Amino acid sequence: MKKLLIFLLPVFAVIGLIVFNACKSADNGSANEAANAGLTLPTGFSAVAVADNLGSARHLVVTPENDIYVHLAGTKSGKGILVLHEEGDKTTLKSSFANFGGTGIAIKNGYLYASDNTEVFRYKLNEKEEVINPDKPEKIVTGLLSRRMHEPKAIALDNDGNIYVNIGAYSNICSDYDPNKKGGPILDSAAGIWQFKADKPDQHYGDGIRYAGGLRNVVGLAWNQQDNQLFVMQHGRDALHDLFPNLYTVHQSAELPAECMFALKKGDNAGWPYVYYDWMQHKNLLGPEYGGDGKKPADSKFIDPVAAYPGHYAPDGLLFYTGNQFPEKYKNGAFIAFHGSWNRAPEPQAGYCVVFQPFKNGKPDGKWEVFADGFAGTEAQKASGRAVHRPCGLAQGPDGSLYVTDDNKGTIYKITYKK
Amino acid sequence: MKIKLIGTVLVICSLFFSYGYAQVKHATKPVHHGSSVAMVNGKKVYTQICIACHMADGGGMSNMNPPLINTSYVLGDKTTLIKIVLNGFKEDVEINGQKYSNNMTPHSDLKDQQIADVLTFVRKSFGNKASAVSVAEVKKVRAANVTK
Repeated sequence: MKKLLIFLLPVFAVIGLIVFNACKSADNGSANEAANAGLTLPTGFSAVAVADNLGSARHLVVTPENDIYVHLAGTKSGKGILVLHEEGDKTTLKSSFANFGGTGIAIKNGYLYASDNTEVFRYKLNEKEEVINPDKPEKIVTGLLSRRMHEPKAIALDNDGNIYVNIGAYSNICSDYDPNKKGGPILDSAAGIWQFKADKPDQHYGDGIRYAGGLRNVVGLAWNQQDNQLFVMQHGRDALHDLFPNLYTVHQSAELPAECMFALKKGDNAGWPYVYYDWMQHKNLLGPEYGGDGKKPADSKFIDPVAAYPGHYAPDGLLFYTGNQFPEKYKNGAFIAFHGSWNRAPEPQAGYCVVFQPFKNGKPDGKWEVFADGFAGTEAQKASGRAVHRPCGLAQGPDGSLYVTDDNKGTIYKITYKK
Repeated sequence: MKIKLIGTVLVICSLFFSYGYAQVKHATKPVHHGSSVAMVNGKKVYTQICIACHMADGGGMSNMNPPLINTSYVLGDKTTLIKIVLNGFKEDVEINGQKYSNNMTPHSDLKDQQIADVLTFVRKSFGNKASAVSVAEVKKVRAANVTK
């Protein structure tokens, strides 16, 4: 018996290993992942990937004819805008154009607007919202600053013939440019939202208006039709602990400052680099570079955010939902695409989700909630910052579906609701 | 009885095997060459200073923070590497076709020993297999270092 056991030991071991591995692969639940394209959503919602491997898909728009214009960060075969046609939850590549990559893209009053890192162009559309002359865009804005950091020029349009362009600060916190703390010298030409005419060619800084300043970097911005007002999502500063280890713990540095939603009026100053918002204390605070200590309040001349989110989540897309497909609570509320963090280490990275912010009478009302999650992949992939997909752009389809781009793998998700 | 015995043995064996499996996995982690003290202290500095941008796996973050894995900036000339730590880095850098653009702040406040340790750690971690950086080397570069 003993001899037999010794002989059988390795056999059992092999069986054990096979069983063990079989259990492991069953745990991966690939069938589950395929449902909803790997996303977790509230009850009643479902998701499909209508496109995949597009490259770095940034912002997008969907037309009433179910054409999807996707702006790529760079160019693919020399083209920076892809036109996909969607039918039955699948897309085909209809065409591609634009010899520039970038982030901003929008449709307004018969034109498609798109930006690269220094300019804004527009293309006339036909009655089916197709670009008439893809090789000859009209240059609307030119010569915007782009200095390596926060380069994308995200755009939004109002109902009065204006276009709003983000010009991000080419700095984390301006200290390189302001060693004597006399005031951020880069604020005259960056770190704000500029307003230009939507139909006037070749506008430069002098032709535009510095609409709102003290915004470190904005990628997600949208015109709120209820308020007739511009809303923006600011990417907050980094490295509170790294730069001021005596004032901020590693944990505080991961959670702070808040990523902020601002409702802007002309002339507003959101306070960067002098202030930051602490979402745990619910206060606008004086920045440590300018005498702050994590408690001293900011000067009240700087506007407060209308909503705040955890640090470093990186809001890259903002959309006000005006469709009729989703349940009533979503109507006129905001969806925010959070690209996900890299500046939370050694704490786990976070974000990589689409958040819903309830609104009432044109103002945020109540706590935000994670709407779509799972873009990053496994918890380990999320925590390490090695996310598989990273949400970036948001668009509403003609039937009220929500579209989300991923600029890592180039997936486009379509999220729908069924009662 | 016999079935019960076989069952028990099977469970024990599979436990033993998964344990062994875990051990094997453990052993495949990068073997640390050089001074283990430098590695331990270097890791400490890395975790305090570098991890926020270059990430726990040394992979950096696309478009922003360059990776420290398999790049000539890390594996090549030690003087250049030491100077980056002392003076920071404010240029676009292209590694394997990807551009990285975030500025790195100078870390000249670190002691020579800390710089030697962290660079030794970086040159021998994340799959890198380059030689250690000594305190003497850091001292020499710092003495000759002209920031502007």
